[in-house]
Amino acid sequence: MVHAAYEGGFANSVLGSQGLFRTLMDAMARPGTVHPVTTLASPPAGLNSTAGAILLSLCDADTSVWLTPDLARNSEVREWLGFHAGAPVTGDKAAADFAVIADPCRLLDLGAFALGTQEYPDRSTTLIIAVEALTGGDLMELEGPGIDGRIGIAPKPLPPGFTAQWAANRARFPRGIDLIFAAPDAIACMPRSSRIINQPGV
Amino acid sequence: MYVAVKGGEAAIANAHRLLASRRRGDASVPALTLEQIAGQLALGVDRVMGEGSLYDPELAALAIKQSRGDLIEAVFLLRAYRTTLPRFGYSEPVDTGAMVIERRVSAVFKDLPGGQLLGPTFDYTHRLLDPELAGDHPVAEPVRGEAPSEKALRVSDILAGDGLIEENLPSEEDSDVADITRTALEFPLGRDARLQALARGDEGFLLALGYSTQRGYARSHPFAGEIRIGEVAVEMVLPELGFAVCIGRVRLTECQMVNQFKGSAKVPPQFTTGYGLVFGQAERKAMAMALCDRALRAAELGEDITAPAQDEEFVISHSDNVQATGFVEHLKLPHYVDFQAELDLVRRMRAEHAAAQATGRQDIATDASREAAE
Amino acid sequence: MQQPSSELHGPGHPEALSPAARMRQRRLSVLAQAPLPRMAALWRKTGLDPDIEILRGPENGLVALRGRIGGTGQPFQVGEASATRVTVRIIGGAVGHAMITGRDNARAQLAATLDALAEDPALTDRIEQEVIAPLEAEAAARDAALGAEVAATRVNFFTLVRGDD
Repeated sequence: MVHAAYEGGFANSVLGSQGLFRTLMDAMARPGTVHPVTTLASPPAGLNSTAGAILLSLCDADTSVWLTPDLARNSEVREWLGFHAGAPVTGDKAAADFAVIADPCRLLDLGAFALGTQEYPDRSTTLIIAVEALTGGDLMELEGPGIDGRIGIAPKPLPPGFTAQWAANRARFPRGIDLIFAAPDAIACMPRSSRIINQPGV
Repeated sequence: MYVAVKGGEAAIANAHRLLASRRRGDASVPALTLEQIAGQLALGVDRVMGEGSLYDPELAALAIKQSRGDLIEAVFLLRAYRTTLPRFGYSEPVDTGAMVIERRVSAVFKDLPGGQLLGPTFDYTHRLLDPELAGDHPVAEPVRGEAPSEKALRVSDILAGDGLIEENLPSEEDSDVADITRTALEFPLGRDARLQALARGDEGFLLALGYSTQRGYARSHPFAGEIRIGEVAVEMVLPELGFAVCIGRVRLTECQMVNQFKGSAKVPPQFTTGYGLVFGQAERKAMAMALCDRALRAAELGEDITAPAQDEEFVISHSDNVQATGFVEHLKLPHYVDFQAELDLVRRMRAEHAAAQATGRQDIATDASREAAE
Repeated sequence: MQQPSSELHGPGHPEALSPAARMRQRRLSVLAQAPLPRMAALWRKTGLDPDIEILRGPENGLVALRGRIGGTGQPFQVGEASATRVTVRIIGGAVGHAMITGRDNARAQLAATLDALAEDPALTDRIEQEVIAPLEAEAAARDAALGAEVAATRVNFFTLVRGDD
């Protein structure tokens, strides 16, 4: 095992993971709001620091993680995740508790992930999409629980056809995936209950 | 409706202080050490580990001391403690065939490879109280014999050769193992989930159910095919190494019950089995667990479900003594408002009853009695 | 719930491992079962006392223990065991791991340090001969003593013949 795998975890695993968990909880409760984060973890190249820190906060031996193919082939990333979180990597999207999308420019099929069941809608994948920034992309206007009126967010880049994919995800309610946008310096969330009400980029 | 009632703080604090004092008892008597509890009350410790579902003799001993010997309270303490710890991962399935054996008996074959090894058993004692144990008399060293060279084959392996007994084979895919501590129970359960629940189930409850099957409520003609007690190695794949290493040993009791099965359209007559596997030296529990496991396989084996021991929802939902104690013991907590409502209802019913008596009419249901019936 | 991916090695099949990995597997297994006083005594005799940094732990947690239905069939969860893990690195040297049952942080840390020392090719044989082999022999002797005590409780049946023929 390469030494890189041992480096770059939380400096203080309890405070680091609890602090970020609190931020994620607030971000999920207030969809579309942008929450600044400091650099908490230094994962191997390929995984941005915020996405890496989110994985360390939320994952353990009981949560399986699906990684985009480039990441999944990266043994440093797999070993880093194994050492610091103990989380098993799965190749099966539909079995993943968490999924990391490191290359959002590619087409994404949200329906291929675990969507939960009518009885247990919680048994669905939480997607972590690594983006360059939470501003500067096409503006999405969101409505839904936790949003006072409407809110705008413009992550860059977004997967092509995202609006239609999200509408399909919304239509499956209460089933469906929840989503975390992870930029190097901030996070924002879109739970399945949020609706995109405009036509971004049009 | 819930109404907050304050004023109990001082009483509670003083009650806990009184508890601490009573727990310590006479201060002129030396306090118990955890080594004494773990070493000399070892089977109580084993029971707390088994039903607490946490293998850690030192913590179980502490729980017994803290609970003043109330074993269900000790189980509760251990269960509460385990929820505070992260789970590092899953062991490889332990190989009980490679157990370092401390006891091994079979009631179905007299001469079997590895022999009948009685070990440290209460069997064949006369159950007469021994006044010597009231003191600290020296104890004779155990006798040493010559260890047998042959491996102690499992009785099920001996029978399996002739197809006389059902075989337990792993399926290709091991990855999906039920875990009732992570996923809510959904009936019907798989046998894996059932065995997990039984392994942590209350010994008294399972014993009574096992006994009920022997008395005729779902009779299954059981034989104790084999009971073995001893230590097994725990192996685990460490993600940072990529291979399995032994991380220590645990003591387990395993029971294979062998039961008659008259066969079905698909399966010729053969013996079926019930399985028990419990932490520590816990023979009675392992046997009771195996009887219950077999009874709960009724649906799988196409048998009529006629008795409580075969009713999965009944057995599994009521086998957990922490759950049971929580619901039973909550009755002692304040229900003042609930009871006021009941009191009011009974008064109204009595008034209506008296009025009906007076008018000689009892045939019509009154408002209050309808409400009570709901 | 997923098992850690093990398609590379296949746990429980030591023949799939390299000789170095097999040696480490055995070393970690011996250390995991060794009592602290003996491990510490043998370690002190080696005179090796490297400066270490701790990369992870000592952490107390749980390992879910699995058995097999009927001893040989489908896996199921029997319960959990307390466990402790540590990862250390010798300054300028190798990384050592320990995962042991129980909550003895000192024992886990010493086991990880000995593993790290043995990962140094110049010390592998010394740790093996001066620490691992003696601990293994002592464990075998304990098991043999236990086996002898249990063997004395073996029933030796003899048959009483009744009747004439």
